[in-house]
Amino acid sequence: MQDTAETEEMLEVEIWRGAEDGALRTYRVPRRESQTVLDVVTWVQRNAEPALAYRFACRVGMCGSCAMQVNGKPRWTCRTHVAKVAEGGKLRIEPLANLPKIKDLATDMAPFFEKWAEARGRHEPTRTRHEPMAPVSPENPARAAANAGIECINCAVCYAACDVVGWDGSYLGPAALNRAWTLANDERDADRCGVLRAVSQSGGCHTCHSHGSCVEHCPVGINPTAGIAGLKRMTLAALMRGEL
Amino acid sequence: MIRASRNHPGWWAALGHRLSGLALALFLPAHFLVLGLALEGDAALDGMLAWTDRPLVKLAEWGLVMLLTLHLGFGLRVLALEFLPWRDPLKVLISLGAGASVLAGLLFWIMVS
Ligand code: HEM
Ligand code: SF4
Ligand code: SF4
Ligand code: FES
Repeated sequence: MQDTAETEEMLEVEIWRGAEDGALRTYRVPRRESQTVLDVVTWVQRNAEPALAYRFACRVGMCGSCAMQVNGKPRWTCRTHVAKVAEGGKLRIEPLANLPKIKDLATDMAPFFEKWAEARGRHEPTRTRHEPMAPVSPENPARAAANAGIECINCAVCYAACDVVGWDGSYLGPAALNRAWTLANDERDADRCGVLRAVSQSGGCHTCHSHGSCVEHCPVGINPTAGIAGLKRMTLAALMRGEL
Repeated sequence: MIRASRNHPGWWAALGHRLSGLALALFLPAHFLVLGLALEGDAALDGMLAWTDRPLVKLAEWGLVMLLTLHLGFGLRVLALEFLPWRDPLKVLISLGAGASVLAGLLFWIMVS
């Protein structure tokens, strides 16, 4: 242990405490090598603020539970290195934007997941488990389009970055629409028209203004804007064919 | 406030599109009013033409053309983004589009002055 406060480099970390009417509190946290933002939050909880509420599970960018606003940008904190985001040794860590704050860094994710259901995000199978698997060619263009969107970890980073989500409470948001896009391209889905119907309601894909903040921030490199633009074209084509 | 999460080209383009659209909505009626006045007769037209020779008026008209080309550029960007198959160089195209509208504005400025 080298706890000589004189020589040790310290970070000045502001963390949101409380719910909507909360405020930022400042903590001094020792700087470590290869330190992530999640490491910083954990250090504060273990050493300075035992009651600090925050979420994480996998610590390796798989589960999508650790997203927070870091210096104003939504990020997956377990895979965000302090070296990359600290500005002059300072960090400001807040709960994800566009979601109700419950306590400290924990937000209420219910609206985010409810919108997945509203976008008909549940796969409707064409076969039962007793039948053989449907053969799907990976070269099929629709499959390639779906593949580009299926690695979503449900972290809500895109949802927090999207201005339209902030303006319009009914807007389904980039993640739910990206999910719908993967299903609309999945030949094993029994009701793809139902997906298109769900996303052409008000608050659906046509509410997106193609700002691209979702693409800019998605940590796993998904491009929801492209999928939403695809849904816009697909719903329009279905409407012309009289299927909607 | 400009949140940190908004600082990327797509967001700035959208802001430019909205501001130019709103400004167009405000300025176009004035522009048509001026044109309409010119229709009222030779004297009125000549008076108007003399008036449009004034630097300030020219600047305003130049601003209008700039707004239109900018808004057109940003509008085409949105349409390209949504209707063309997505390619990453699209982002480059967007910047080129914005640059081209500024060039068009400059060209107009040189022509009228
Ligand atoms: C010159 C041809 C034009 C084109 C190609 C064009 C294109 C577009 C497009 C594609 C949008 C949708 C943007 C979005 O989804 O956010 C838009 C929005 C808008 N346009 Fe135009 N437009 C044109 C002319 C005009 C004119 C002359 C006016 C003014 C009277 C105008 C005012 C607006 C406004 C106020 C918006 C809303 C901006 C926003 O939602 O951010 N546009 N335009
Ligand atoms: S492209 Fe659409 S979904 Fe993505 S941030 Fe912009 S408005 Fe939101
Ligand atoms: S699309 Fe990207 S940013 Fe949005 S929830 Fe999925 S992984 Fe997170
Ligand atoms: S803790 Fe699982 S993604 Fe960060």
